[in-house]
Amino acid sequence: MGDFDLSVIWNNLPFLWQGLQLSLWLTLLAVIGGIILGTGLALMRLSGIMPLALAAAGYVNLIRSVPLILVIFWFYFLVPLALGRPIGGFYSALIAFVMFEAAYYSEIIRAGIQSVRKGQVHAGQATGLSYWQIQRYVVLPQAFRNMIPILVTQGIILFQDTSLVFVVSLRDFMTASSIVARTEGRLAEMYIFAALVYFTICFAGSLFVRRLQKAKTA
Amino acid sequence: MNYNWNWGVLFEGEYLGWLISGVGWTFAVALAAWVLALAVGVLVGVGRTLPSKPVATLCTAYVELFRNVPLLVQLFLWYFVMPEIVPDDLGRWMKRDMPNPEYVTAVIGLGLYTASRVAEQVRAGINAVGPGLTSAAYANGFSTAQTYRYVLLPISFRLIVPPMTSEFLTIFKNSSLALTIGLLELTAQSQQIAEYTFQGFEAFTAATVIYVVIALGATVIAQTLEKYTRIPGYVGKD
Repeated sequence: MGDFDLSVIWNNLPFLWQGLQLSLWLTLLAVIGGIILGTGLALMRLSGIMPLALAAAGYVNLIRSVPLILVIFWFYFLVPLALGRPIGGFYSALIAFVMFEAAYYSEIIRAGIQSVRKGQVHAGQATGLSYWQIQRYVVLPQAFRNMIPILVTQGIILFQDTSLVFVVSLRDFMTASSIVARTEGRLAEMYIFAALVYFTICFAGSLFVRRLQKAKTA
Repeated sequence: MNYNWNWGVLFEGEYLGWLISGVGWTFAVALAAWVLALAVGVLVGVGRTLPSKPVATLCTAYVELFRNVPLLVQLFLWYFVMPEIVPDDLGRWMKRDMPNPEYVTAVIGLGLYTASRVAEQVRAGINAVGPGLTSAAYANGFSTAQTYRYVLLPISFRLIVPPMTSEFLTIFKNSSLALTIGLLELTAQSQQIAEYTFQGFEAFTAATVIYVVIALGATVIAQTLEKYTRIPGYVGKD
């Protein structure tokens, strides 16, 4: 076992920080995109319109039965083909994550919408609101309030998942750590450091979720 | 969209063999890791609910540690870092003589990671049994071990069958991460076929269909299992 050389981390800090920024951006944008698309899928499933409900259910079940890595490979292959030109690794990855996470978010959001009591919908109808007005002003605001802790938890999982862009060599924090580890020949230091960074961020996130849950039940 | 379709490519040359071999490795990793995850996960999950404070803390630490580091990082730690930080002789053996290092590492890494998720289900199951039955067992003079053996575990294991089957599906999907340390499982094989033949659409479709079939099969088995393990009156919808 060689001596631990911490200077390798210090010397490459700007490079690693760039990687971490990419990971955080990817997480943030994928969470936003995933929630928007997931809400759409959830509304389709609960719309009561058979073809829409079936299409959404089919999509969600398909995505949920394949590994994320395969979905990333799919979109790296499909996106440039569909657009007829390459759009860069970041956007291909972002599309893959949005499409993948939307399936998981839609299940969370569907449960959240169903947790809003039927009486609320009836009250909306009695007041003369349209279907969309009921969703927009009555159901979704309450549903999202109930869901915030689970949505954040899913965000933490998504942040961990972004490390998988390693398979297409997109330079996130994981790929950056791996590049430094190989070029400097310091595998132990770099991967332990990467684990510490991920752990710190995710553990802090889960403590935050616990506080949210307490605030909700209080 | 410009694309030359050629579904026949999947049955040409050695490519079908690659896919079959990939499926074999996916099953080999997922099933072995599942056994490890069940064994460790049950121990850790039970440990978190024990009255002994140090044991419970240790088990909580295990869960937090393994849940908050991405699986990919954990695999790299087992594969690249472990041989460096163990005693020299063992490290040398792991690098040179350990049979099938990618497979062994993938099973250990995936198994211990999934164990933290299994532990959470086991803990939730035990907590769901409720304090009343535990008190009743103690009032009857049961020891802690007897309370777990005859009251808590038989009920909680049946309660957690549905979430555990979803973990079982997850382990199949997560086994794809083994490709990052060079194990040619299903996803890796389809990627390799895509690179060799430029028929990405066909190659990825084949892998997707196989994963969906695995998921459907597991769901059917799960539903049968859930039917037989359901406790009447216990899992009723509220």
